[in-house]
Amino acid sequence: MAHIDEAPQAATPPDRAGAPPQGREKKLATRDRLTVIAMVTVPLVLVLALVWVPALGSVVLSFGTWNGFGDLDTIEWVGFQNYKDIATIYPPFWPAIQHNLIWLGFLFFIPTVLGILLAVLLDREIRGSRFYQTAFYMPVVLSVALIGFIWQLFYSRDQGLINDVFGTQVDWYGDPDINLWAVLVATGWRHTGYIMLIYLAGLKGVDASLREAAAVDGASEVKTFFHVIFPVMRPINMIVVVIVVIESLRAFDIVWVINKGRNGLEVIGALVAQNVIGEATRYGFGSALAVIMMLISSIFITLYLRNVFREERRG
Amino acid sequence: MSLSRSSAVPRSALVTMAASRRSVLRGLALSGLAVGGANLLAACGGDDSGPSSGSGATVKFGMNEVEGAGPAYDRLKAMADAYAKDTGTDVKINSVEHNTFQESINTYLQGSPDDVFTWFAGFRMAQFAENGLITDLSDVWPIDGMSDSFKEASTAPDGKQYFVPKDYYPWAVFYRKSVFDENGWAPPETKDDFMSLMDEMQGKGVTPFAFGDKDGWPAMGTFDILNMRLNGYDFHMSLMAGEEKWDGDEVKLVFDTWRTLLPYHQADPLGRTWQEAATAMGKGECGMYLLGTFVADAVADVADDLDFFTFPELDASIGADALDAPIDGFCVAAGGQNQEAAKAMIKWLGSAEAADIANDNADVPFIAANSGASTSTYNALQKKSAEVVGAAANIAQFMDRDTNADFANTVMIPSIQDFLKNPDDIDGVTASIQEQANSIFG
Repeated sequence: MAHIDEAPQAATPPDRAGAPPQGREKKLATRDRLTVIAMVTVPLVLVLALVWVPALGSVVLSFGTWNGFGDLDTIEWVGFQNYKDIATIYPPFWPAIQHNLIWLGFLFFIPTVLGILLAVLLDREIRGSRFYQTAFYMPVVLSVALIGFIWQLFYSRDQGLINDVFGTQVDWYGDPDINLWAVLVATGWRHTGYIMLIYLAGLKGVDASLREAAAVDGASEVKTFFHVIFPVMRPINMIVVVIVVIESLRAFDIVWVINKGRNGLEVIGALVAQNVIGEATRYGFGSALAVIMMLISSIFITLYLRNVFREERRG
Repeated sequence: MSLSRSSAVPRSALVTMAASRRSVLRGLALSGLAVGGANLLAACGGDDSGPSSGSGATVKFGMNEVEGAGPAYDRLKAMADAYAKDTGTDVKINSVEHNTFQESINTYLQGSPDDVFTWFAGFRMAQFAENGLITDLSDVWPIDGMSDSFKEASTAPDGKQYFVPKDYYPWAVFYRKSVFDENGWAPPETKDDFMSLMDEMQGKGVTPFAFGDKDGWPAMGTFDILNMRLNGYDFHMSLMAGEEKWDGDEVKLVFDTWRTLLPYHQADPLGRTWQEAATAMGKGECGMYLLGTFVADAVADVADDLDFFTFPELDASIGADALDAPIDGFCVAAGGQNQEAAKAMIKWLGSAEAADIANDNADVPFIAANSGASTSTYNALQKKSAEVVGAAANIAQFMDRDTNADFANTVMIPSIQDFLKNPDDIDGVTASIQEQANSIFG
């Protein structure tokens, strides 16, 4: 990383030598100016083309019905009909909202907390900590399709390990009252390792002298963590919160692998896919669902950005 | 951590954060270049050289089976290999997992599809024909050995053919002969026979019907057959076309009958795949299973012991002469690069020779649509299938092939699953289906 920081300096020694420090911005060499312009426009164009245009496209599409065949002029504009249908006659919608929120709550309170706890324990350099790190992180490396399959081996009603060992007949993936929780366990299994690794990396970066100072002042381990380490880890904590929110709102892959997000596993992401990506091509309807998902996400994004900006102003 | 500073945030972290912002930007720019470069490359690879058909031509062949998926793959592969060998055509196989292929078909056809691809007869073929996504094959027809009913099934509403049938399979009630013999059971002819057979099975601790609907589509087969038995084939097809009411008495009768039959089915179907249900029948835990002949693939070890009967009549005035027998086959994608070679290949794929090659190279043969194909490799099950389908007065393709894909996938699958979860709320389910049907069929 260090050479990246120094690269511009190496390229512009004459300017730096000749110009007074405060006026440097106004006297950029042509080459620097081009670099800056390129640095701004290229990402801007990419963001516009890859994020904003498709997002606005979804919003526009959500006001029409289109089966995806033929040109765009075959779109029939129906106003808010899709939104009205979603809220009134589309049975999977409200359960999906509920499931996404449960997902968020669960990920936040169980796997995240567990991941942080594991990170703190592993940070203490206990014997075999490398091994534990790898073991807990392993699920993150596996593809979600594989995770769905692995857990299918546990959960299958007739041939699964859990029912076999305990002699039960619980329909883990099929019973709409429990399959969400069964899936959350599988997701949490993966999510724990993810959070653990991020947090562990953060903990390694905490200045050792802080701990020493706390120890000298006679603080207990627990107190040190909550009153010294945890506040210092604020940037990492924010990242963890953002990751949890994003992961729960975009929850999709594992339910898709299991049963295409039906029967108790409805989540917004899966509903969008059912209507748009699958054989069905209700592009308008699916886009309306995607827009709703986008609106929900923007609530969290706004909250997060406000927090970050307030932080920057203060700092 | 020797670089101690008084700041609350470790210096290393600050450096990392600053650097990472830059490297992210740089990464974005680089990936932008990479994307652009890939497009350029793709644009260069567009035109295939070589003759348009015959020796040296290239045909891209998209198939909805992958290696290791069993005999279905072996058969398609054998056909493609034989065609490549006989004609010197370079057949490039693109094999995709069955359900994935089906679910991505729209984007596939509108993107850069293979020249020839595996597909199904029925509404889903007709829909692509209407939208110009598949090629008119009327100059490929007639094909020696293809009967009029198969030609009919390959014809879109505009009167032209867009499809070449390969094989078909009936949906029927499968059972193990040895289990039936042991217990002195016989295939039922009437509703009374049927009900007493199921009661007897339950008395002996055997679940009469294996049942799994985790994937959502298998239960459609039950709906289809009940509707055809209770309301007749014509009503069924009009209902599929969106011309009848889903909340009318006819459909309620179907669900109500289904509700009375549910106690004879395996419990908790929504967590069970059809393979698992088939295994339960194979092990003798369940007496019967209503499924397509592909059930034999899941219980290969007892496949010789399988037999079937068509679903018995439930209403004497309607009889039992209609059934689901979906036809699989091939289409030529309008977006394919080499139409000429594709048509040459698809014509061959419909021939008796192609069917024989496929069947000689797989453990389990298919039931060829071409009447000239040899039946010597057929097992008893398939010989019977051919007879049963030949004798049926009316053949439906299956709900998700006979109706609008949007409706089948986003409305009927969840609705039937809702019904299976809560069989007593028939009015609620049918009303919800009708509301959504209004919204989709317009």
